[in-house]
Amino acid sequence: MDQIIRYFFDFSLIAPYWPDILRGFSLTVVMSVLTVLIGIPLGLAIAIVRLYRIRSLNALIILYIDFFRSIPQIVLIILVYFALPYFGIVIDPFWATILALSIVLSAFAEEIFWAGINAVAKGQWEASRSTGMTFGQTLWFVILPQVVRISIPPLTNRAIGISKGTVLGSVIAVPELLNVTSSIQSNVANPTALTVGALLFVALFLPFVLFTRWLERAHATPR
Amino acid sequence: MSGFVDTFFNLTILRQVAPLLVEGFWLTLALSLVAVPLAVLCGILIAVAQDTPLRLLRLSIAAYVDVMRAIPPLVLLILIFYGLPFLGLRMNEFSAAVLALVLNGSSYFAEIFRAGLESVAKGQTEAARSTGMSWRQSLLYVVLPQGTRNVLPDLISNTVELVKQTSIASVVALQELLRSAQIAQGITYNPTPLVAAAIIYFLLFWPFVRIVSRMQNNTRIHT
Repeated sequence: MDQIIRYFFDFSLIAPYWPDILRGFSLTVVMSVLTVLIGIPLGLAIAIVRLYRIRSLNALIILYIDFFRSIPQIVLIILVYFALPYFGIVIDPFWATILALSIVLSAFAEEIFWAGINAVAKGQWEASRSTGMTFGQTLWFVILPQVVRISIPPLTNRAIGISKGTVLGSVIAVPELLNVTSSIQSNVANPTALTVGALLFVALFLPFVLFTRWLERAHATPR
Repeated sequence: MSGFVDTFFNLTILRQVAPLLVEGFWLTLALSLVAVPLAVLCGILIAVAQDTPLRLLRLSIAAYVDVMRAIPPLVLLILIFYGLPFLGLRMNEFSAAVLALVLNGSSYFAEIFRAGLESVAKGQTEAARSTGMSWRQSLLYVVLPQGTRNVLPDLISNTVELVKQTSIASVVALQELLRSAQIAQGITYNPTPLVAAAIIYFLLFWPFVRIVSRMQNNTRIHT
């Protein structure tokens, strides 16, 4: 027990590093927020384009969503970071991570929105169009409100899962929370910083995990 | 164009590094074959245990599952691999990766199986018990098979996610597919091995991603 406290909870050792840890934490928050703000609208936009059912475009969309749902996030981050320079595009690690993660999130979000659009009964389209609404009006006022409501639980789950992927930025030296805490760990030869890092991740993501639990209960159908 | 092909799809280089990639692929497969069944098994056990009438036990299991879902798996891996040796618990890269993947994966599986078990009407257990089946028999032969079938798409996607997560083991220098590709890139100064690894992951997961999409697009709400 003593050993656990000495190695994992010796907060005096990391006292000088709090500013670094906080900077890492806020970088993690910023990256997560940007990933969600870029990824989800992009996914919705792709789902809407897919609705126009242009054959060749839809084949491309399906390839896009399948590819980015199939490759591991860390592989994409490394690929973006190390391969883009061969095109003469130099991108810093921070944006490389956000770019890779928001592309992955957009693919998953598209799939969720698309399933939602398909779940709305076809009669709703027909009824709206027959009252004289245009395609755009039907989509905006009738279909999308329902789609968004049923998409929120799976979308929240995905957004959490992919925001957790911001730690993978540490692999290409983004000074986010994991990167900062693991370098402190090697500096002071004590893993307390890692404990602090883990606790901060829990503090950041647990509320959202609990939110999905609550959503699930609120939407639960009686059996 | 030929410059592009030489850089990203260089067949000479691919032939040169193929043995390395194949070796990495087998390790990815081995890691998955150990981690996935363990995570599924632990997930089922946690889900069944969560049905306990003991409130305190139920709450602590839920807390454990939520915390594990809030911590990024890479953070767990770093804690296990670099933190635990301070307590004299030194694990090799493979076991550390398995432990991190099982801790993370089992929590997700537990939530999925819990939803599955809850989806089976109570009358099924009651009927099974009244025919003289024991609690264990009714769980194993009646409730679990139906519950599993009800959440099959989620089980498949979560398995895919877990196998994708094996790529984080590259961070602790376990030479699975991603790590092998990075080493190959280092030797050849060419990103072809990384592109090849991305394509291998894609081909590995694509069928499963497609099947799940098929299954999920077949749900309809009639309002």
